[in-house]
Amino acid sequence: MIVLGIEGTAHTFGVGIVEDEDGCCRVLANVMTTYTPKEGGIHPREAANHHAEHAAEIISQALSKTGFSMREVDLIAFSKGPGLGPCLRTAATAARALVATYSKPIIGVNHCVAHLEIGRGVIPECNDPVLLYTSGANTQVIAFAEGKYRVFGETLDIGIGNCLDKFGRIVGLPFPSGPVIEKLASKSSRYLPLPYSVKGMDIAFSGLLTAAEQYYKRGEPVEDICYSIQETAFAALVEVTERAMAHTEKTQVLLGGGVAANNRLREMVKTMAEDRNAEFFVPPRDLCVDNGAMIAWLGLLMYKSGVRMKLEETTIDQRFRTDMVEVTWR
Amino acid sequence: MALTREKILYQGAEAKIVLTEYLGRKAVQKRRLHKRYRIKEIDEQLISLRTKEEAKLMAAARKQGVSVPIIYDVDLKNGVITMEYLEGSRVKDIFNLLGDDERRDLCYRIGESIAKLHNGDIIHGDITTSNMILYEDRLYFIDFGLGEINSEVEAKGVDLHVLMEAIASTHAKYTGYFTYVIEGYQNIYHGDVKAIKSKMEEIIRRGRYR
Repeated sequence: MIVLGIEGTAHTFGVGIVEDEDGCCRVLANVMTTYTPKEGGIHPREAANHHAEHAAEIISQALSKTGFSMREVDLIAFSKGPGLGPCLRTAATAARALVATYSKPIIGVNHCVAHLEIGRGVIPECNDPVLLYTSGANTQVIAFAEGKYRVFGETLDIGIGNCLDKFGRIVGLPFPSGPVIEKLASKSSRYLPLPYSVKGMDIAFSGLLTAAEQYYKRGEPVEDICYSIQETAFAALVEVTERAMAHTEKTQVLLGGGVAANNRLREMVKTMAEDRNAEFFVPPRDLCVDNGAMIAWLGLLMYKSGVRMKLEETTIDQRFRTDMVEVTWR
Repeated sequence: MALTREKILYQGAEAKIVLTEYLGRKAVQKRRLHKRYRIKEIDEQLISLRTKEEAKLMAAARKQGVSVPIIYDVDLKNGVITMEYLEGSRVKDIFNLLGDDERRDLCYRIGESIAKLHNGDIIHGDITTSNMILYEDRLYFIDFGLGEINSEVEAKGVDLHVLMEAIASTHAKYTGYFTYVIEGYQNIYHGDVKAIKSKMEEIIRRGRYR
């Protein structure tokens, strides 16, 4: 079965084409384009305009990579939510247009669950992980429990990626700031104390961001602040992940989301996993960031388990929660 | 102190609970674990801060009239709290074995104790039947490791909600007994019980898993 997936929850418009091979996910194409604001943060309408502008070209790029025509695609999947309304609507409209033109079945999928399923799909040993999902807007610890994907911990204010980008903007770093912050951080080992906010299973980053800004205004070297942000924020993320692992008695941990590209975060999660005799997995970079392949793969799993959607059911849901998904494929 | 035979009672993500001896008495130690994944500065700071916080919360709980183990020693540097060993049984292990009247009475007392904590704005953070011990007919609360001082309705609602879920999952046959917890709570809590109840309903609707 060949599935084309369209991702459009925030900055990235992505199209992926996947097929299943003995229950594993084979990625045939995974093309994306990312909207970068000239200044400030993301403007939902402008991001949506960017997506609309590039939709046709990204879809045909993905198809030409596989050598298939639309006729050979069996299913169209799209990101139903959560995300920014205008972006979601644009991706859903692109999906519906394809469906209307080529009369294919369509399925809307949950973006956060897709981040977890793609890891299970492309890494054969990864069966039942706790996912630490860290991106711009989302920061969640997700695991399968009692028939559903459940959120065991999450940010109470902003996502970790958002926190890094906001600090980047304050000190004049380009977007996305995560990679630059990582580079600057690697030049320092001087720790400036920052608020460490773990509440039960949840985390918060706004206090840390304010304190980091104050260090900057006081003239502390940016390298030291970057180092301290990474060490503090990531330690909190790893702690919450470990708690979820202990609570659910799971012995695998998986990374997902754009911030999973950070080497220091990877190293910390790996160390934690080693100390608990757990396995550590991280998918290739283009499957960690927002991408169409993961949307296609989750669509495939859902379709094969019997899920069907009528066109009028393909609405978007900005607040589509992870635990609202009926898990029919596990 | 002479080296005594020790026994690990429980190993969690953050700490291990060890049965040991203190000045010739049976004692329990909660030893917080160092984590290799975080830098020394953060590790030491967290361990000493949390040890201090937990000891403080236990003292505050006692002041509110809730039974907690007697603290023998607090070692902030190494993150160790040495406390009284309670011979009794975990509520988790006896809950299903009690007669209906006894169970109802126990739930009522659990509710009263939680209300006493909340009257002092003490949030336990992990109220489950594993964290309660019945010893010589006194109900003890243990493990304040996730606790905090917080006066908000949200925090108190979450605190009660955790117990509701714990009863529903560990004592599924007696899910309805949570009503008696609320009855006991209502009797003792000084604040607006209605607000806490509707907060709990909101938390249930939010569907979070804790």
